[in-house]
Amino acid sequence: MGMRLVKNGLGALAALAMTWAIMGAGMASETTTLGVPVPWGTGLQASGGPIKTAIHDFNEMVFWIIVAITIFVGVLLAWVMFRYSAKRNPVASQTSHHTGLEIAWTVIPVLILIVIAIPSFRLIYYQDRTQEADMTINVQGRQWYWNYAYPDHGGFNFDSRPIPTEDLKPGQLRNLAVDEPLVVPAGRNIRVISTGVDVIHSFFVPSLGVQRYSIPGRSIETWFRADSPGSYFGQCNQICGTNHWFMPIEVRAIPAAEFDAWVASARTRFAATMPASATPAVAAVAEAPISLAAIAAPLAR
Amino acid sequence: MATAHAHDDHHDHAPGFVSRWLYSTNHKDIGTLYILFSLFAGIIGIGISLLMRIELQQPGMQIFADGQSWNAMVSAHGLIMVFFVIMPALIGGFGNWFVPIMIGAPDMAFPRLNNISFWLLVPAFLLLGGSMFVGQGAGAGWTIYPPLSDSQYQPGMSMDMALFALHLAGASSILGAANFITTILNMRAPGMTLHKMPLFVWSMLVTAFLLLLAVPVLGGAITMLITDRNFGTAFFRPEGGGDPVLFQHLFWFFGHPEVYIMILPAFGIVSHVVSTFSKKPVFGYLGMAYAMVAIGVVGFVVWAHHMYQSGMDVDTRAYFMAATMVIAVPTGVKIFSWIATMWGGSMRYDTPMLFAIGFIFLFTVGGVTGVVLANASITQILHNTYYVVAHFHYVLSLGAVFGIYCGIYYWIGKMSGRQYPEMLGKIHFWMTFIGVNLTFFPMHFLGNQGMPRRYPDYADAHAGWNLIASLGAYLSIASFVFFFFVMWVTFRRGAVAAANPWGEGATTLEWQVPSPPAFHTFEELPRIR
Repeated sequence: MGMRLVKNGLGALAALAMTWAIMGAGMASETTTLGVPVPWGTGLQASGGPIKTAIHDFNEMVFWIIVAITIFVGVLLAWVMFRYSAKRNPVASQTSHHTGLEIAWTVIPVLILIVIAIPSFRLIYYQDRTQEADMTINVQGRQWYWNYAYPDHGGFNFDSRPIPTEDLKPGQLRNLAVDEPLVVPAGRNIRVISTGVDVIHSFFVPSLGVQRYSIPGRSIETWFRADSPGSYFGQCNQICGTNHWFMPIEVRAIPAAEFDAWVASARTRFAATMPASATPAVAAVAEAPISLAAIAAPLAR
Repeated sequence: MATAHAHDDHHDHAPGFVSRWLYSTNHKDIGTLYILFSLFAGIIGIGISLLMRIELQQPGMQIFADGQSWNAMVSAHGLIMVFFVIMPALIGGFGNWFVPIMIGAPDMAFPRLNNISFWLLVPAFLLLGGSMFVGQGAGAGWTIYPPLSDSQYQPGMSMDMALFALHLAGASSILGAANFITTILNMRAPGMTLHKMPLFVWSMLVTAFLLLLAVPVLGGAITMLITDRNFGTAFFRPEGGGDPVLFQHLFWFFGHPEVYIMILPAFGIVSHVVSTFSKKPVFGYLGMAYAMVAIGVVGFVVWAHHMYQSGMDVDTRAYFMAATMVIAVPTGVKIFSWIATMWGGSMRYDTPMLFAIGFIFLFTVGGVTGVVLANASITQILHNTYYVVAHFHYVLSLGAVFGIYCGIYYWIGKMSGRQYPEMLGKIHFWMTFIGVNLTFFPMHFLGNQGMPRRYPDYADAHAGWNLIASLGAYLSIASFVFFFFVMWVTFRRGAVAAANPWGEGATTLEWQVPSPPAFHTFEELPRIR
């Protein structure tokens, strides 16, 4: 009985490992729909910009390394379970040292980690912030909606709230759709400055490879770029109270040529939110050079 | 042996029920209390996960009234599992039972301190359990980050109750740790040098040092939180010059060693079981012992890898990333040494061994996803997603919990005098193994797809894998119920356990004394060659 169980067990272990290897292989690939999770998806969301693409490339390398390690350990385990069962090997050896082996399994993992670490370091510096920002967005997480401000475009800001399930229009995604998306020009580097007012939230858009907390009393800088027009969805990713699950993020990238028109209309719609002094100065230029004062003004408020 | 039994009868003034179980100063009785307590808390903690998986089985709000009650349950699940299930079972339970026996000591160094360590846990658990039913519940996650955990956002008594629960549980841990360190350093039998000490004792020594150094930091942090909430201080309030991120640093300075506190004792148990059932001494004993020391030391300097998104300087992130990856090295040493222990062995696959082998493989899976998450570059999109949930359940739910089951099946004959039924044990193993994998493996996919943790409702695209995870959870919970059945059969009909039911592979001191050991294990100190 015991032996049969062991054999079944070995089989089950092997089968499990195989299933995972196959299912796991999906984890390295990416899904094709832009900016949203897909049913039964296993890999990362499709990449919508350069940061995410860089993460994908790196993740793919790390993924195959960890799969190889897991299979290696799994195969070793299965082999010793098979070969050194009491039945096949009635007399146990008493070997308990092998200096060469012990050095090998210390040094080889170190080398593997170095292989992983070098591109990873390069990547975090790339992700951190951009030197050539085309414009700045101030992001603020609030219980339980987002507020986006455009300091380079007159300093207007607006709230972005989720659409309750009963008000969804056809084609809108439950728990992801918002009334006022964060509109950005496609193909432009967007500097993000996140701040908080109440509790900590996290601005998280997986398909653009961007995430930072929004913390009261702090401003945190990062950046992203959406390469092509479309909607990129995310959700608040730091527990923030009762509606933590219902404060989605929609980044809508539109062609750069249409962005000026959108800014003009937004300036009209959200005129009340603009600081009076900033209005004439920046009005003429949609993509004005970055003004530190403009960034700082909403932060100071 | 016969004489030992005779001693048992003649010299043991076995105390009455109240003085034995309420005023207990005997390390074995206190160990038993800890294990029973852990199983009871486990029923609550696993019961909560059942509610959570029912809620997540399909999109939409099913059984929870709102996000706050969900958050309270999620927080309670985490805190209960960490402080009231895993730690009491592995440290208080097996640690108390077997550390003194393995080093040939008559008892723990401070038996009365041992008693108060246990009895502090009971009010702690009552406070935490009660916090779920008072006001809105303490719904700030087990990480209790302010400002969410501050009085403005978690008003009422429930958060204070949870914080006091942590204080009591922390005091219990610190006292227990002091006791273990003193016992291990001072009460080893003649000849039991540090380098002859069984690996389980090594694991408890390292764990106790981690507790002693880490838990007071948590104590300081939650004291500041309590005064912020109740006495008008502003340690973590930005409007008063305080800093919410400071809390994160303090919490994780405790929180990261805490995860090793939970897993190191399991490492120790698995080492014994692998060696016993392979009939071989542990391969690379010194390497194994110092790998645990290394994990403990490095574990103190990696805490901010939990905070990559909180706006730390990029150079700081680079440091924490590098330091975190270093931990993979001693962990790898352990995995490969276990396999090398089996290599050339003559292996029996009794239930404890199945749990040990399951542990090694699943801990490897959890370990390699840990290497992925160490990279701040990838964590930029995996932080706080279900990938993280999958990762830490692979190392804790499938690591530490497998370690607990492994220990129970390995030592139940020693502790109770009754051996478990082998067939039922194996059925329990397979139910658990399949159940937990079905539950937690799909969570990697959910995380890759961007599903954030602590969500009672999610985007419709996540429905498929959530359903699978819920089905897996039901099987896991059934296996937990089945475990109680196995224990019931063990106590009612289990075969009487010999002093050493495992044969030549079982070489540590607990197998030299009767099952169960006499009330006072050693009438005279054993001598170790």
